[in-house]
Amino acid sequence: MRALLDRLGWRGWVLPVTLLALAEAAMRINPVESDALARPTDVLNAMAQAIANGSVLSLSAQTLAAALAGLALGGGLGLAAGIWFGLSRAAADAASLSIELLRPVPSVALIPLSMLVFGFGFRMEIAVIAFTCFWPMLLLSQAAVRNVEPRLLEVARVLGFAWWERVLKLVLPAALPRIFVAFRLCVGIALVVAVTTEIAANPQGLGYALMNAQQSLRPDLMFAMLLWIGLLGWGLGAGLLWLQRTWFRHSLAQQP
Amino acid sequence: MHALPRTQHLQVVTPAQTDAPLIVFDQVALDFGAVRVINRLSFSMRRGEFVCVIGPSGCGKTTLLRLLTGLVKPSAGEVRRHGAPITGPARDVAIVFQDYAKALLPWRSVAGNVSLALEAAHVAKSERADRIRHLLAKVGLAQHADKYPGQLSGGMQQRLQIARCLAQEPALLLMDEPFGALDAMTRQTLQDEMLQLVQESGTTVLFITHDLEEAIYLGDTVLALRAAPGEGSSLAQTFEVTLPRPRDQLSTREEPEFLRLRRAAFDHVKDTH
Repeated sequence: MRALLDRLGWRGWVLPVTLLALAEAAMRINPVESDALARPTDVLNAMAQAIANGSVLSLSAQTLAAALAGLALGGGLGLAAGIWFGLSRAAADAASLSIELLRPVPSVALIPLSMLVFGFGFRMEIAVIAFTCFWPMLLLSQAAVRNVEPRLLEVARVLGFAWWERVLKLVLPAALPRIFVAFRLCVGIALVVAVTTEIAANPQGLGYALMNAQQSLRPDLMFAMLLWIGLLGWGLGAGLLWLQRTWFRHSLAQQP
Repeated sequence: MHALPRTQHLQVVTPAQTDAPLIVFDQVALDFGAVRVINRLSFSMRRGEFVCVIGPSGCGKTTLLRLLTGLVKPSAGEVRRHGAPITGPARDVAIVFQDYAKALLPWRSVAGNVSLALEAAHVAKSERADRIRHLLAKVGLAQHADKYPGQLSGGMQQRLQIARCLAQEPALLLMDEPFGALDAMTRQTLQDEMLQLVQESGTTVLFITHDLEEAIYLGDTVLALRAAPGEGSSLAQTFEVTLPRPRDQLSTREEPEFLRLRRAAFDHVKDTH
């Protein structure tokens, strides 16, 4: 029993559970009618209802579809450019100024432009997410390719591999663990930007539902959505971390 | 058995007459920027000869190896193999690096690491498994084919690197302080195993070390290089080792000739440091 508790990391649960219990108790002893607060039990209730009637699932599907499509587009292009710039210093030098000028543009600043071009809907949201994911994927995969152990490249050259064989057999597999770390980071970013875009402009998905709950004076539902988004992000992150540990056990053991 | 080389940078060499030297360094010089690292270096290697190179750090020992792979070109003079200047990596020239942990592919299993050399030589897939099993048995890693480099000890990782080099069926094996990072017992075991392997196959070896006794124990010839050659030659002294083979860790090291060479080499090092 003790071992099981330790594995669940019970110490980490003490503080949030205590705070929630205190909030619940305080709000029951001193009932307040508020548009901004809700009792934890009401929040859980609202969440259970949203799950039961399927609304939260279809909303999640909308948000995740946009996030993943944007990630595939922006991350894919970023990965291709990153590998290219990692292999060719001349290409990286030629692109560096443009990257430094474009990269600092905040993603939300692109919402008006994207709305103008694409209107409401998936396409504008995907465009904003793709723009945001492009940069970290580009820079991190470029660094991953450039940081491949020089000794491995020497081994490949002595063995007489052609340049494209060196890239396929040595450079990409050697850079892959770090590229996956970049991908994991970008999944988190894509989710945040998706929800942000939905809150700010796009009438779909979890972000819009969150806004909607707030504006229709349903703090319980609003908190339920907030909790759900948190759980979604945590679940995605934990799943990817597990994949990373499984797939790259041997590579990451030697390059911490 | 092998496909012909398709890539242009691989040298195709027809075996010359066997009494001609395999490798000739002819007045070779090499500059790193404004610094002349190697100057007027001339020596030759017979087929099947085991040549050890000693010398202080910065004397260009590792650069010697790079010259032989063709990855570095001499600033003056010529490095010839079978009488022809070396222009690039050749399939039958293999290097064993000292830092085995960096030279192995951590994402490939032991068998996969050996396979890399076979893939480079375009050995048919159906043939690889057999060759890999044979090579791993040779270096005593038959039981570990499915492990990953990170799961092996240092000595076993170096055996794996040697197996990968043997997969190239090298005519010339270059070894860059291969046992420098290993403990004394492992080093002696690997010295003997490696000697046996290269003698069986008649491989010519250039072996770099900073361990004078190791150089004498392994080599037919020991070349002592000097750092900062200036106007002189990089080659400070040549020791011919006439100790009988097979050599033995105890009796060879007790022979008067071994002790004489050891004294001469140590005196040389003392004078030049």
